[in-house]
Amino acid sequence: MALNRSKIILKNFLFVASLIPLGWLIFALWSDTENGSKFMTADPVQKLNRELGDWALIFVIITLAIRPLSEIFNSRYLIAYRRMLGLFAFFYATLHLTSYVVIDLQLNWDDFAKDLIKRNFILIGMITVVLMAPLAITSNKKMIKLLGSKAWQRLHLLIYPIAILGVFHFFMMVRADYSRPLIYFTVILALLAYRYWKNVITATPKAPVNQSSKSAKQSFFRRVLYLPRTIKSSK
Amino acid sequence: MLIKFRKPSDALTSEIVNKGFYMNRRKLLSTASALGGMALVPAFLPTANAGHPQFTTVKKTSWGKDLKPTTLDAITSHNNFYEFGSGKSDPKKYAHTLKPKPWSIEVSGHVEKPGIFNYEDLIKPHLMEERIYRMRCVEAWSMVIPWVGIPLAKIIKRLNPTSKAKYVAFQTLLDIQQMPSQKFPILDWPYVEGLRIDEAMNPLTLIAVGIFGEELPNQNGAPLRLVVPWKYGFKGIKSIVKISFVEQQPQSSWNMQAPNEYGFYSNVNPQVDHPRWSQKRERFITGEGGIAALFSKKIDTLMFNGYAEEVADLYKGLDLYKHF
Repeated sequence: MALNRSKIILKNFLFVASLIPLGWLIFALWSDTENGSKFMTADPVQKLNRELGDWALIFVIITLAIRPLSEIFNSRYLIAYRRMLGLFAFFYATLHLTSYVVIDLQLNWDDFAKDLIKRNFILIGMITVVLMAPLAITSNKKMIKLLGSKAWQRLHLLIYPIAILGVFHFFMMVRADYSRPLIYFTVILALLAYRYWKNVITATPKAPVNQSSKSAKQSFFRRVLYLPRTIKSSK
Repeated sequence: MLIKFRKPSDALTSEIVNKGFYMNRRKLLSTASALGGMALVPAFLPTANAGHPQFTTVKKTSWGKDLKPTTLDAITSHNNFYEFGSGKSDPKKYAHTLKPKPWSIEVSGHVEKPGIFNYEDLIKPHLMEERIYRMRCVEAWSMVIPWVGIPLAKIIKRLNPTSKAKYVAFQTLLDIQQMPSQKFPILDWPYVEGLRIDEAMNPLTLIAVGIFGEELPNQNGAPLRLVVPWKYGFKGIKSIVKISFVEQQPQSSWNMQAPNEYGFYSNVNPQVDHPRWSQKRERFITGEGGIAALFSKKIDTLMFNGYAEEVADLYKGLDLYKHF
């Protein structure tokens, strides 16, 4: 019972904490309106859009970090918060896209279409948000049951291309200073390296030694990405 | 005699006149000059940047007399000056390490008077002018800035370049102590820029030394910078230490960084997009921050930033799509 209560408290805490960036941005905009540009620069359109994009990426990274953290701290119940944090990643990514279409482009759909066709970094950003949508939609228990846990887990492997594409989108947007996207990229690489180290290097091989190279490869990725071993026989 | 620098002990005009007086003064001055045709007016200027010495004698010009300037606060807090960091607010935060006094400028190349000039020696013989120019950043935002400066043509005439001088090359200070972000290989330091000699001689081209009647704050390129209002803002090289008159087209920093995105000319042109964004429209920064700025309407970008009448002739017969 005590565990459950602390779980709920922690969940509420994380929920509120995840809203702090948005709350801060709203406060900063309000404060700038009242007291002149201080927090959001003289060009709050760009600042707001960049901040929202940043937070979307940060929440993707936090979501990816939950599994390693739960293993390192040997805390199984951290995983229980991952869904909510993943949903916040989608939340900030959606706001990022919305601020671009509504505030920056001022709902000029013609310009939006041209941007998508002509500008690769915008196309990649768009693809990233589109890929996040099915994960958000299937994040509840009903959908897990409906899809079956294996198919569901497979679908949610999309988080890896989402993380990589998101950072790539950031890289392609930058004019000269690559330090921020490099930091994000390094963290994502570290999180993937952890999975490799944990599941391939230190895990004792359970697979038979004489398997074909193709299935060995599959089992390599399966292990790195925490896929259930029997995925092929699911149909 | 014309230029007087305010001594630190003098009372700040900001202590005497309130903010917002500036625009009234402008109105007053334009009325005065309309009545009496005054060429020179003693300028008493209010300021938000306490401590910045003010120019006491500045010639009014009709440049931009119908434009409403962006606020001093926005002009001095929203800068691209990568020598102090790549964030827009970084220059204001970190540019205090720059020491614009004393300052010297090396003049070299095909010119009759090469040498190292003190800032004062280069600037003082000339009459200061106030010119209100549009400033269009390549990132698709814009401002209106009341510069104080000297037409570059006047300085060039005094230096007397030879017929071999086809271009003018400029260089920013290279000094990691004063410009800490030069530690990082963001751009290939020092920042360099260049103009064709006829562009440099165009009456619009300015060596700016002040904003709103005050000496340039460090983050805006103290003590002297280039202003070429029909070109994207990055052509306006800041904190200049070298001016050389050369025969070949000089290099320019952003062109070296991404030649497909930034050309040597970099004339404002709504028809030629930056590869990663449209240049058709711009977000005009009034200085009014917060929510109002979020919903201010974008304006159409003008050919040569609205200075086509003055500069279009410079590019007759030049393919502006190729020479962007």
